[in-house]
Amino acid sequence: MMTWILTGMFLLSLIFGVMNGRIEQVSTAAISECGKAVELVISLLGTMCLWSGLMKVADKAGLTAKLSKLFSPVMKVLFKGMNSCSPAAKAISMNVAANLLGLGNAATPLGIAAMKELEKESPLSTSATDNMIMFVVLNTASLQLIPTTTALLRLKAGSIAPMEILPAVWLTSAAAVISALFMAKLLGRIGGKRHGAV
Amino acid sequence: MGQFNHYIIPVIMCAIVIYSAVKGINVFDTFLSGAKEGFSSGISILPALVALMTAVGMFKASGALDVLTYGLKPLASLLHLPSEVIPLALLRPISGSGALAIFQDIITTYGPDTFIGRVASVMQGSTETTFYTIAVYYGATKINKTRHTLPAALTGDLVGFIMSAVTVRMFWNIFCR
Repeated sequence: MMTWILTGMFLLSLIFGVMNGRIEQVSTAAISECGKAVELVISLLGTMCLWSGLMKVADKAGLTAKLSKLFSPVMKVLFKGMNSCSPAAKAISMNVAANLLGLGNAATPLGIAAMKELEKESPLSTSATDNMIMFVVLNTASLQLIPTTTALLRLKAGSIAPMEILPAVWLTSAAAVISALFMAKLLGRIGGKRHGAV
Repeated sequence: MGQFNHYIIPVIMCAIVIYSAVKGINVFDTFLSGAKEGFSSGISILPALVALMTAVGMFKASGALDVLTYGLKPLASLLHLPSEVIPLALLRPISGSGALAIFQDIITTYGPDTFIGRVASVMQGSTETTFYTIAVYYGATKINKTRHTLPAALTGDLVGFIMSAVTVRMFWNIFCR
């Protein structure tokens, strides 16, 4: 899937670049953007180290196990055969908690840790498992309870009530998360049958 | 309310460290071994990010967004979305910083407390940078077949876009008339 997206985006950039007479800008972007990826990773490394370190401490003290027990009713519905005491369940719980609190920078390293744990459950496969898909899809939807950046930008633009969007944001997020997870379950079931046949 | 946000991170950090120290855990050494793992997973996502950010950067520079915005106008009116927010909807899944810039542009041009401004705000606040998340999360693993990850994630985004206009109409028709 990612192969086609990458190929498609390169091709579309070339076609539209020529059509719009912006091929020079496309060429410049091709050279400069890869450097920006390195800058981004370097700027993320600090929070990555910090939160992976704190996660390890919380894990040793038994805090993540408590959190994962708290989330286990929801996790059992979303993830097949997930034991709430497994390392993967703990990492997923920490990631979800960070997402709810709006700690995006902490959620990413915790999420990557969760992916590595999920990978250990099927070490030989290069194909994503249903649980991995469920987890990534959960993270591509917004779980943040208070969208602080959006509210701050509204305030800066002169809004008289920057937080008044909250009920609409909650309802919209809930609809988006539920439909995405439903699709993940549904497509997983259809694909699962096909996988079983092969 | 605004102040509350600044408490979250320091309070959580303190709580984790104090609780663990009281339990007799060697907090510093444990932290270091965890941080080392964080460092290597940070490096492991770089190749995926280079691919994605280069593609997104070229796509934005090519002006494809303007063409697509024009082409999608009939679809947007079918979904009762104001056409002014199409660029935001297109960019939101692929570029976090790009979406933020367009969002800022929309609310300063049309005003944050207008219909267009509110729909853009709800859209911005209730969706995530889908492609980035997929690239980073799978980039840290050996997975190369993502199966139905993207279709499911994009379904969520599409529902989010449609619902942002629906909820804004719903809430502001009830309370403001």
